[in-house]
Amino acid sequence: MADTTAAEDVVIDPSRARRLSEFWYYFSENRGAVIGLVVFIILVLAAVLAPLITPHAPAMQYRDAVLLPPAWEANGRAAYLLGTDAVGRDIFSRLLYGAQFSLFIGVVVTLLALVGGIVVGVIAGYFGGWIDTLIMRLMDIILAFPSLLLALVLVAVLGPGLTNAMIAIALVLQPHFVRLTRAAVMAEKNREYVVAARVAGAGSWRLMFRTILPNCMAPLIVQATLSFSNAILDAAALGFLGMGAQPPTPEWGTMLAEAREFILRAWWVVTFPGLAILITVLAINLMGDGLRDALDPKLKRS
Amino acid sequence: MFRFFLGRLAVLIPTFLGVSLIAFSFIRLLPGDPVALLSGERVMSPERHAQISHNLGLDRPWIVQYLDYLWGVLHGDFGTSIVSKSSVSEQFLQLFPATLELSICAMIFAIVIGIPVGVFAALKRGSFADQTLMGVALVGYSMPIFWWGLLLIILFSGVLQWTPVSGRISLLYFFPPVTGFMLIDSALSDQAGAFKSAFSHLILPSIVLGTIPLAVIARQTRSAMLEVLGEDYVRTARAKGLSPFRVVGIHALRNAMIPVITTIGLQVGVMLAGAILTETIFSWPGIGKWMVDSVFRRDYPVIQGGLLIIAGIIMLVNLAVDLLYGLINPRIRH
Repeated sequence: MADTTAAEDVVIDPSRARRLSEFWYYFSENRGAVIGLVVFIILVLAAVLAPLITPHAPAMQYRDAVLLPPAWEANGRAAYLLGTDAVGRDIFSRLLYGAQFSLFIGVVVTLLALVGGIVVGVIAGYFGGWIDTLIMRLMDIILAFPSLLLALVLVAVLGPGLTNAMIAIALVLQPHFVRLTRAAVMAEKNREYVVAARVAGAGSWRLMFRTILPNCMAPLIVQATLSFSNAILDAAALGFLGMGAQPPTPEWGTMLAEAREFILRAWWVVTFPGLAILITVLAINLMGDGLRDALDPKLKRS
Repeated sequence: MFRFFLGRLAVLIPTFLGVSLIAFSFIRLLPGDPVALLSGERVMSPERHAQISHNLGLDRPWIVQYLDYLWGVLHGDFGTSIVSKSSVSEQFLQLFPATLELSICAMIFAIVIGIPVGVFAALKRGSFADQTLMGVALVGYSMPIFWWGLLLIILFSGVLQWTPVSGRISLLYFFPPVTGFMLIDSALSDQAGAFKSAFSHLILPSIVLGTIPLAVIARQTRSAMLEVLGEDYVRTARAKGLSPFRVVGIHALRNAMIPVITTIGLQVGVMLAGAILTETIFSWPGIGKWMVDSVFRRDYPVIQGGLLIIAGIIMLVNLAVDLLYGLINPRIRH
C-alpha cells in the first residue's frame, strides 16, 4: 500500500478502475467470500421484495392454522411454507419482513458507529497530546463493560425498543473504530504526502479528512463488516431478552423470544428465525474475511 | 517488569474512576426522580420525600455524593437492592460462583478443543480438513448463542432426553454450599448421584457459552501457528533432525501461544456477555441472569452495583493478561 499512497492523493485518480479490478481479483480468490456475497445479495433482495413475494401479511393471524408444521411435514399445508407460530402467523412471511429489520439495524448501527468513531479517532490521532489521552481513556471505559451488558443497561435507561437498542449498540461498537482510526492516522500523519499537503497550506480539517483519512479506510471497512454482523447479533439478543424490538414486530430475536415456550412442542418456530440470523451473520462474516484479504494485505491470515 | 506493572496500573486507575462515575451517574440519568428510584417508594409526601432524600444523602452536592459512593465502593458497599433489601455485594458473592463455575467449564471446553483444532488446521494448511474446520469455526463465530442453546435443548433434552433443561442440579439433591461450586459441593456431599446430576446440568450451558470462544481460539491458534511455522528457528529445529512432535509441540506451539493467551484473556469479557444469554436460557442462577432479572424488576441499585463489579472484574482480568503477556513476551516490556 505504501507505494500507491502518493498516487492516491491526486484528486482525479486514473488508477481507480485498475484498483477496483485488483480488489475484485483478490476478493474473488476467496471462495467463501463470494458465497457470502451471493447469499447477502439474496437476503437484500428478499428484504426489499418482501411485500411482493410474501404469501401473507407478517402480522396476519390465521386462527384456523395455529402452530402448523412446515409444508413438507405430515400436517403441514402448502400455503404456510415454514409453518405457523402460536397465533397462526406465517413464519416464512415474518422471516422475510424480519430481514428488512435486521439489515436496517446493521446499516444504521454500523453507519452511526463508523462515522462517530472516525471523527473521534481522527481527532485523537491527529492532535495527540491530552485530547488523545482523554479520548482513549473514555474509550477504555466503554470497552471495560461487556458489550451486551452495557447495551442492556443503556436500553434500561432509555427504555426498551428498536431505536434505543440501535443507539446503545452503536455506542458500544464505536470504540473499535476510534482505536483503528487513531492508529491509522498516527501511522500516516508524518508521511511525506501529508507534510507536502501541509506545506502547500492545507488546513487541519482538510489534512484530517481529505488527505489522511482516505488512506486509512482499509482496516475501517473490514471492521465495518464485523460491526455489521455484531449489530445484527446484539440487536437480536436484545430482542430475545425482551429489550429490543417489541412484539408483534417480526424481528428475528423477538420472534425467538416469543417462540421459547414452544421449543419442545414445535421445533420450527424456534429453528427458522435463528437459522435466518445465523445465515445472515455468517454471510457477512464470510464477506468480511474476503474484504480483509483483498483490502489489507497486512492483515492477511494465510 | 515492575515499571511495566506500574504503567498498566496508571492506566487502570483513571479507567476505574470513569467506570465508577458512569455507574454513579446511571441512576441520575434515568427518567424520573432518583429518590423514588433508589427507595423504591412511588408515592410519598413532600416531608417523607425530603426525609428519604436526606437519609440517602441525595440532598448533598453531587461531587460529595460521588466521593461518598466511591468511598463505599472501595469498602465493598455497592448499594442495597430495592426488591430484596439485601446488599448488592452479598447477592453478588452468592451468585458469582455459579457464573464462575460455568465460565471455567466453558473455557476449558473452548481451549481443549480450540487449540488442537487450530494446530491441526495449521499443519494441514489448505487441505480439505483445514477448510472444513475453519468453515465450522466461522459458523461457530457467527452463532447467535441464545438460539444455539435452544437448539441443543430441543435435541439433547427434548428428543434424546440425555440432559436436563435448566438449573444447576436436580431438585432431588440438597446440601449446604461449601465452595459454591456445584461440582465440588456435590462430590463432597456423599449423596449418590448428586455429582452426576450437577455434571449433566453443566454440559449444555458450557457448550453454549464456550462456542464463540472456541471458534475464536481455533482461528487465532491457526494463524499464530502458521506465522511461527514459517520462522527460521522452526526450520533450524527441523534441520537438526528433531522429531516433528518436538518441533511443533515445543518449539512452535510455545511461541504461537503468546497471541493466543491474549485472545483467551479477551474472551473473558465475551463470556460475561455470553453469560447473560446462556444463564437466561438455562435458568442458571448466576450474575448474568441476575442482571437481566434486575433490569426487568427495575432494581436500579443492583444494576448499578452489578455493572461496576462486572466491569471491575473485566479490568482486573485484562490487567492480569497484560502482565502475563509481559512475563512471557519480554519484548513488550520496553
